[in-house]
Amino acid sequence: MTRKLLLAAGSVVGLALVPLFVSNTYVLHMLVMVFLWVLLGQSWNLLGGYTGQVSYGHAAFFGVGAYTSAIMVKFGLSPAAAWWGLLLGGIVAALVGAVLGWICFRLRGPYFSLSILALAEVLRLIAVNWKQLTNGAEGILYIPAFNSKAAYYWIILALAAVSFLTIRAVMRSKLGFYFLAIREDQDCAESLGINTTKYKLYSLLISAFFTGVAGAFYMNYMGFIDPGIVFSLSDISIMMILVTMLGGAATMAGPAVGAVLYILLSEAFRVFLKSGHLLFFGILIIVIIIFFPHGIVGTLREHWMSYRARRAAGAASKEAS
Amino acid sequence: MSPQVAGQIELLVQVLISGILLGGLYALIGLGMSLIMGVMKIINLAHGELMMVAMYATYWMFTLAKVDPYVSLLVVCPAMFLLGVAIQKFLITPVMNADSVLPQNQVLLTVGIGLVLSNLALLLFSANYRSVPVSYASKTIYWDVKMGGQTISLSFSYPFLVAFGIAVALGAALFLFLGMTDTGRMIRATAQDKRAASLMGINTKRITYITFGLGSALVGAAGALLDPVYYLYPQIGGPFTSKAFVITVLGGLGNIPGAVLGGLVLGLAESLGSVYISLGYKDAFGFIIFVLVLIFLPKGLLGKGRA
Amino acid sequence: MSLLELKGVTKRFGGLQAVGNMAFTIERGEIFGLIGPNGAGKTTVFNLINGYFPLTSGEIIFKGERIDGLKPYEVCHRGLARTFQVVKPLARLTVLENVMVSAFCRTDHRDEARAMAMEATAFTEMEAWRDRTAGSLPLGMRKRLEMARALATKPDILLLDENFAGLNPAEVEKTIAIVRKIHESGVTILIIEHNMRVIMSISQRLLCMCYGEKISQGTPQEVANDPAVIEAYLGAAHA
Repeated sequence: MTRKLLLAAGSVVGLALVPLFVSNTYVLHMLVMVFLWVLLGQSWNLLGGYTGQVSYGHAAFFGVGAYTSAIMVKFGLSPAAAWWGLLLGGIVAALVGAVLGWICFRLRGPYFSLSILALAEVLRLIAVNWKQLTNGAEGILYIPAFNSKAAYYWIILALAAVSFLTIRAVMRSKLGFYFLAIREDQDCAESLGINTTKYKLYSLLISAFFTGVAGAFYMNYMGFIDPGIVFSLSDISIMMILVTMLGGAATMAGPAVGAVLYILLSEAFRVFLKSGHLLFFGILIIVIIIFFPHGIVGTLREHWMSYRARRAAGAASKEAS
Repeated sequence: MSPQVAGQIELLVQVLISGILLGGLYALIGLGMSLIMGVMKIINLAHGELMMVAMYATYWMFTLAKVDPYVSLLVVCPAMFLLGVAIQKFLITPVMNADSVLPQNQVLLTVGIGLVLSNLALLLFSANYRSVPVSYASKTIYWDVKMGGQTISLSFSYPFLVAFGIAVALGAALFLFLGMTDTGRMIRATAQDKRAASLMGINTKRITYITFGLGSALVGAAGALLDPVYYLYPQIGGPFTSKAFVITVLGGLGNIPGAVLGGLVLGLAESLGSVYISLGYKDAFGFIIFVLVLIFLPKGLLGKGRA
Repeated sequence: MSLLELKGVTKRFGGLQAVGNMAFTIERGEIFGLIGPNGAGKTTVFNLINGYFPLTSGEIIFKGERIDGLKPYEVCHRGLARTFQVVKPLARLTVLENVMVSAFCRTDHRDEARAMAMEATAFTEMEAWRDRTAGSLPLGMRKRLEMARALATKPDILLLDENFAGLNPAEVEKTIAIVRKIHESGVTILIIEHNMRVIMSISQRLLCMCYGEKISQGTPQEVANDPAVIEAYLGAAHA
């Protein structure tokens, strides 16, 4: 356990040193995107992979976080560089999550998934139509706080690392055990003393918070958002699920692996084919679900487990003979 | 009666009628998904994209061979049936019983299928809006009603009227099929209890193929009927998938009369909402009703479906 | 004051009455058996006590307070634990993790929960299985896991729902021994069981249900010889 943690810490430190040697803005931008999606994947994974509540509407939280930041700057309530803009984005997203959760957690399984999707779409429509607040479909534009990509690189790296550590700590605590129990058998969990509605809400709050922070970061980094981008079902909500499933749901390393692959593949498509990346990702989703439902990390882990089991059986039979 | 009141009544009746006509079409879309959900317990999030496929097929048959959309129904429906069977047989069935951490993998699978279908269309046909300009596309039927000394002028869109009529006919045909044929009974049995049905000798796998095929054929018919009155583009499917599951939940799962009622309710809600409240939020009304029904009437409007 | 008391408990599902006017009391420290032919409503009674189903009418009083209307997790916190007839393992978690989940009912700290889980698995003689995933267990051990999990919530009363169904004779003996051990540690037991030999030998008092209603109550001997009970199980010809 500690060895893995040291390894992770070491890699974070190593990654932090990158901007000192690399000044190519394209490369830095790619890395920023990777860490952003690591953050997004991890957030979704907490609610979906670990608590078993599959949400098709996480764009709601991303969008809310982005727009919180955007509106604060647009109305002059905060300078773009305010450090607490990110935090506020996360908090507002968590509050929205509390409301959405209160409504939708009365429902189970696919009904929960679809009701969250429906409410996320409602939020998107509000963002499009409430022009005084959000500028509608024109979107909001402002000058990012920092000039250098490096600053953003360190911020998003820190955010990804913090979310990783937080989720890891949560999963090792009572909360984490309760989340897993809810995922495995909700009725049984209730009988074992778990207030499942309360704990599902906790999971959603944490998940929504980090997604909102990611949204606020995105606003700040890109300098421009519109409802179609940040509340997007296929570009945000579904891709968060893809990233997690590709890497491996319910694993700590899965979302990171998935994020790296997702960005590499998206970029490859953008550069070489100009479009069609969604088509490819659609096919990828189908292939993953049919052939690799546990994702890369999950499948590797299974092979490792069965290899170890076979070795143990082999050693035992050697001893016996 | 004063002219102002007459005007209000005229508007209201017009809106109600539009809502009902639209609702008939929506019901057809929702029927397919309700059937699939009732029998296989799968939510088909590619439902709207299937409709889009049918719409493009109808479009090309009209553009290349001058086939009238209502006639091309005879080709499109069977073709969509086969497509549905293929999807169920080769993509969904392998996943149905697989073990996975993420529950409802089949739903996610249909998301992938939907993405593939809509982006394939984008690739092949580009994002350009297309229309099927049949001669009667803007034909309107007028009807004047004398009331209280005033004349209330109502107008009906001819294509919508025809679509409504065909939708009703198809719905009735489905109802009869399910109620009176052997296959229909087998479908209903599988919907009630899959294991019991298979123990009684029903080939439930084949029934799932037929059901998905039927659902696809129904939504394909809706697509063909919609071509004369809607602009066609690759992403058109998405909102309709949402409408379909709103209808399915409103009606209670696998409940045919319920889906019809749900379609009508949705059509009326959108029609009334877009005129009296706000056009921009038209799609939101369906969602809001959806969530409200899910919370307060988990068994659907008729109280008979399973939530 | 009796530990658990049911007064006039009735449960209707639409037009069907599953449980009718059920009333009994259980004293602290006893082993109380619930028998009856299939479909008599025994598991429904458990589901009502546990909070899984709401009552149609009646009262359920536990440790002097009404618990009808409470949610299952609240009932669990009050000190009433149950096992499930159709076993519900938390499949992808290990046996130890399964029991830790229920141990967290009484503590917030992982190490404490772990210790409690170690204790409960040792008590139910599951030490060798601790690191196996619950989904990979054979039926007998899954039933044992249900008991270990229930024990880790430190209950005052344990509701056992057909824990002996499907066990071979050796497993039955082992489970009887464990149930007696649980009882000796101070836990009151309410047990549903079809295996007559088991329930006759374990229970101090019995209640027999048929079609949702009580038809006999008393010591195992009294109930076994009651003509109404014989008729319910074997038909009028044998009464």
